[in-house]
Amino acid sequence: MLDKKTCLWIYTKMCEIREFEETAWTLFTENKLRGSVHLYTGEEAVAAAVCAQLSNEDYIASTHRGHGHCIAKGAQLDRALAELMGKATGYCKGRSGSMHIADFSKGNLGANAIVGGGLPIATGGGLAIKMQKRPNVSVAFFGDGASNQGTFHESINLASVWKLPVIFVCENNQYGMTVPVWQSTSVTDIADRAAGYNIPGEVVDGNDVVAVFEAFARAKERAVNGEGPTLLECKTYRWRGHWTGDPEPYRTREEVEEWKEKNDPIQRFRNYLLEEKLAAKEKLDDIEAQAAKQMAEAVDFALNSPEPDPAHVLDDVFYEV
Amino acid sequence: MAKLSYAQAIRKTIAEEMKRDENVFIMGEDVEKLGGVYGCTRDLYKEFGTDRVRNTPISESAIIGTALGAACCGMRPIAELMYWDFAFVAADQIFNQVAKTRYVFGGNAKIPLVIRGQEGTGRGNAATHSQSLESIFMHIPGIKVVCPSTPADAAGLLRTAIRDDNPVCFFEHKVLYAGKGEVPDDPNYMIPFGKADIKREGSDVTIVANLLYVKHALAAADELLKEGIHAEVIDPRTLVPFDYDTIARSVKKTGRLVVVHEAHQNNGWGAQVITQVTKMVFPYLDAAPIHLGAQACPLPFNVILEQAVLPSIPEIISACKAVMHR
Repeated sequence: MLDKKTCLWIYTKMCEIREFEETAWTLFTENKLRGSVHLYTGEEAVAAAVCAQLSNEDYIASTHRGHGHCIAKGAQLDRALAELMGKATGYCKGRSGSMHIADFSKGNLGANAIVGGGLPIATGGGLAIKMQKRPNVSVAFFGDGASNQGTFHESINLASVWKLPVIFVCENNQYGMTVPVWQSTSVTDIADRAAGYNIPGEVVDGNDVVAVFEAFARAKERAVNGEGPTLLECKTYRWRGHWTGDPEPYRTREEVEEWKEKNDPIQRFRNYLLEEKLAAKEKLDDIEAQAAKQMAEAVDFALNSPEPDPAHVLDDVFYEV
Repeated sequence: MAKLSYAQAIRKTIAEEMKRDENVFIMGEDVEKLGGVYGCTRDLYKEFGTDRVRNTPISESAIIGTALGAACCGMRPIAELMYWDFAFVAADQIFNQVAKTRYVFGGNAKIPLVIRGQEGTGRGNAATHSQSLESIFMHIPGIKVVCPSTPADAAGLLRTAIRDDNPVCFFEHKVLYAGKGEVPDDPNYMIPFGKADIKREGSDVTIVANLLYVKHALAAADELLKEGIHAEVIDPRTLVPFDYDTIARSVKKTGRLVVVHEAHQNNGWGAQVITQVTKMVFPYLDAAPIHLGAQACPLPFNVILEQAVLPSIPEIISACKAVMHR
């Protein structure tokens, strides 16, 4: 199911996302980037393994931690970074920054700065697909925190009743901002909530590319066959704080280091590819080097891009013929 | 021309647009067999099927958010809110998502979405089912705001809303549904947004009103005429975009302005109109404009109490006389 070409694509996207996020961190600490920035480092396997199975005709709705989804859904690093820096060349003309980033032309219905805000929108993508009788799917990415929002309940219930081709992908990174899941959530496994909507719920190791890929493939097949949505919970961990300024009083340095050392999704997938002889070490080194090079070029592009012209600040509030 | 009720005009327009464009569909609470509380979608499911006339769960955030997502992906949804008061349940989806999606994503999203529903007092629905909320929607950039006061306006404005590639919030008044009027038969009859309608011409005082208060303003104008005062009654019809020019032109002629609406007076849309029009025609004003609206109090159930909170026809008459220094 997971062929060699797809493996290399996933590895490439994971490396690009890692480079992007760690570069964004550095730029933030150097005051070259401002605002609310939520990094996806450590969670790369989910976006890459899911989006590997999507085309531009499939939709995603993303979250405030949306850079990874945006890149995996086809955004280029340079224009994405330009958007984070508010430049005119950014995907959203500098209006969105980190929290509303999207390349709409790639079927990305947007990062969403409101926790749980994207679930109904992804559900609407699924409704459009169903009404247009297309063999596509719509994916709602959301975190553990969003699973306690009303929109989680409303969207999954509606998608289940209408048997919409929507896959609800929960990225459980253990903390809703600073609050651990055990303190905020009635269940240990958010996937258990699927029972309340009469749909399958599945827990997977979100740092295991193969596990995420295969679980999503099952959910996608079900969706395309008209059987309705699936709730997929990917257990993962964010390496950085909730946002770039997070003092992280809610977890220990040791906890973070343990995840980094023992459960780095990129290292794990690299080991898998080498063990299964799906790629040579040199090939993977080359992918990593290419990602680093692309990122360096992206920084150059973004830093040297023009600021948006305030003369156009009122454009696009409405579509005008 | 056919004589139709306001509700029938809305139903007819929806049906014609669904026939014209297969991407147009309806979703909302009880829109199928019941046809909505006031019958605006009655029996449409028989003609178009339940795929295009979709009963939803009582989940306002999902109704609006799903309609938004579908609109971004090539459909043209008409999402019905049973009462505009329920918009607060879906406030994030309307104000943070629907209104902002096109702008924040760099103008790359097209959102042909109509959110329609009814509002207002008059049927004993009390505090959470009787509000007039259009001023709030006017405050958030990114949504068009439409308020028809007659069956013909309802038909012409709704068609424009459905064919618009932007989110439109369409405010109907529950008391207007049964009222009848002539509606053009033309299945392409459209009224452009941002064009106020002079409902009655006059030379002495300009009364600006919307929805049910257009009727009340016209009733006040009848009374004023008995005293020799010729009131001009203007219905802006759309609050976003707003036709300040037509009102400014009228005030240049009359020198006097009264704005009245059922929405609360405090921060009601009339305040914005008075600010703008005063700026435009200040030298022509013979008196400070007067702004009437519901008092700052949740709308009470008892009809005597409800009426006590709302501007009355005698109050409109008094306001007109006051600006005429009479």
